[in-house]
Amino acid sequence: MPAVQETVERVRSIDVDQYKYGFVTDIESEKAPKGLSEDTVRYISAKKNEPEWMLEWRLDAYRRWLTMEEPTWARVSYPKIDFQDYYYYSQPKSTPGPQSLDDIDPEILATYEKLGIPLREREILLGIQNPTSRVAVDAVFDSVSVATTFKAELAKAGVIFCSISEAIREHPDLVRQYLGSVVPVSDNFYATLNTAVFSDGSFVYIPKGVRCPMELSTYFRINERNTGQFERTLIIADEGAYVSYLEGCTAPQRDENQLHAAVVELVALKDAEIKYSTVQNWYPGDKDGKGGIYNFVTKRGDCRGDNSKISWTQVETGSAITWKYPSCILRGDGSQGEFYSIAISNGYQQVDSGTKMIHLGKNTSSRIISKGIAAGRSENTYRGQVTAHRRATNARNFTNCDSLLIGDRCGAHTVPYIEAKNSSAVFEHEATTSKISEDQMFYCLQRGLTQEEAVALIVNGFVKDVLQQLPMEFAVEAQKLISVSLEGSVG
Amino acid sequence: MALLEIKNLHAQIEDNQILRGLDLVVNPGEVHAIMGPNGSGKSTLSYVLAGKPDYEVTAGEALLDGQNLLEMDPDARAAAGLFLAFQYPIEIPGVATMTFLRTAINAQRKARGEAELSTPDFLRLVKEKAGDLGITQDMLRRGVNVGFSGGEKKRNEILQMTLLQPKLCILDETDSGLDIDALKVVSEGVNALRAPDRGMVVITHYQRLLNHIVPDVVHVMNKGRIVRSGGKELALELEASGYAGYSQDAA
Repeated sequence: MPAVQETVERVRSIDVDQYKYGFVTDIESEKAPKGLSEDTVRYISAKKNEPEWMLEWRLDAYRRWLTMEEPTWARVSYPKIDFQDYYYYSQPKSTPGPQSLDDIDPEILATYEKLGIPLREREILLGIQNPTSRVAVDAVFDSVSVATTFKAELAKAGVIFCSISEAIREHPDLVRQYLGSVVPVSDNFYATLNTAVFSDGSFVYIPKGVRCPMELSTYFRINERNTGQFERTLIIADEGAYVSYLEGCTAPQRDENQLHAAVVELVALKDAEIKYSTVQNWYPGDKDGKGGIYNFVTKRGDCRGDNSKISWTQVETGSAITWKYPSCILRGDGSQGEFYSIAISNGYQQVDSGTKMIHLGKNTSSRIISKGIAAGRSENTYRGQVTAHRRATNARNFTNCDSLLIGDRCGAHTVPYIEAKNSSAVFEHEATTSKISEDQMFYCLQRGLTQEEAVALIVNGFVKDVLQQLPMEFAVEAQKLISVSLEGSVG
Repeated sequence: MALLEIKNLHAQIEDNQILRGLDLVVNPGEVHAIMGPNGSGKSTLSYVLAGKPDYEVTAGEALLDGQNLLEMDPDARAAAGLFLAFQYPIEIPGVATMTFLRTAINAQRKARGEAELSTPDFLRLVKEKAGDLGITQDMLRRGVNVGFSGGEKKRNEILQMTLLQPKLCILDETDSGLDIDALKVVSEGVNALRAPDRGMVVITHYQRLLNHIVPDVVHVMNKGRIVRSGGKELALELEASGYAGYSQDAA
């Protein structure tokens, strides 16, 4: 049988159930009553001991959300979501808040260990896990942040890295100044929902002129059944500061679809740089498309100061539905935005992802490199918007989006929106769609590679430009993840 | 035992019968040249032996060291020691040639139940063999065959052959697109691999290559069969008289 045809055959009988993060941790948890109402919002706010202004902000969002409609423009289809059928808050019972590591339920620690997250900084410091890897981690389990590592060392540099709940209590001025300043309350249906019910997330502040001494990282895990996870992340790089931040996500296998609607806001002031990397590996659903995470995420960075830079890098392999457009508002003169993306879909996954580069300041530039890989019966859409405001003289954009198809039952789509209101703008857009050719496969097999090795090699070559953008520690992990995600696409 | 034994091989592609009862025996240590006019089935023979999809074997058999090749997957055939130097080597963008070489060597070692080659051993080996073929470090860093000249692609094929140390080398028109200097380098690379336990099948259109890689046996192929075999002087005879006679014979 021809190699590609054989590949297609195997894709038809694909077994996405190999998802290795699909275990459930058995711990008691405390949940808000099912469904969404003002009471739910008040419950969450009270649980977090939030100040009055925060509750008001949430309630305002909730009331606006009631008047909004779910967006339908994305190229994804799924049954109507019953928002009353979810729990909006779930907290592991034994952990009232992130205190010392010793207070954390050993079951949760074990979970993170299984996920390969170096939560126990003692062990890291002793060099047991990997002496070269020094990454500060904030771990979010269902709705709450359970532990943040390396806090003391970061504090020495003046860096604040904590859960957003803690920041609301401990650093209210910073939070009030910046929260919602990039993604306004009524930005979109899911962002507004998030504003009303967000449970936790990470907060980062890098003071003026400080280069954050280590990689910061958050791991999100949904454990509880029927639970929505609505995390909120806010990162502020003050003038001349630099930070590199990585987020990783996993969830157990569930037959029901679980909801995830995060909001991430980045603010880069003058001469500051933020590098934000995501390795998203939510449960994608089983081979028949049952279950999986619905991932509706609003991520936006504001290059608020002159010569600031925000760079998004994402490796998207999980989720049943992905709806996600990490964007840059290039407000400061001379600011730069970057978006590097690898989106892999297999089985029945649907991905509608891309970016927005909004050029407002003078001499702003942006770069978009998107690599979509579709296998199985999945649909993979790149949707990107590049606009230059009237006053954005000399705006520059370069976009390259390539799609790779494995088999003949999947789809790749490219939907660019390009708008220049200033005649000096130069926007370039390149797009290609290709299949792994039978000749390439045969060439690799003739040299002794198995089908799987051949596909992994060719795909890794295809995504190389983007993988190079990831921090070293995570590039290898991402590379493995790509191979794992495509397991079953060739048998 | 013969290294390669082909009996009455029939193969087709999309209902188009190409091989029509081909017989060939290659013993260890022998170099066989297969010549013949365009469309006689020379390249098809190499593809069928290597297991290229789309080619369907309708009758006959092919044994490598007594193992039935036709029942094996292409990667298993490679691990068993069959190597095909492609007429048109394939480009794989983004995959560094070095990575490709290493993946291939280790895949074959794994398939044979051997340990992976250590990084220092691998690097030393590649450096030495690449140097002999005039392949620069820069080429090794570039994507597999991407932006390589015709000569560079062929040298890269010979480098892979050298590193993989196959039992049976099939060279499909390795001389096509080579200038005389490149031809010499490639031929020297091939000759260096001649060994008492290794066989070669050199497919070519022209006698020119056989001045450099001197065959033990020359076969003339036409209409999917071997129609005449002889010593190296047969190649010279063909050079003088051309294939015209064979085409007419068969027609």
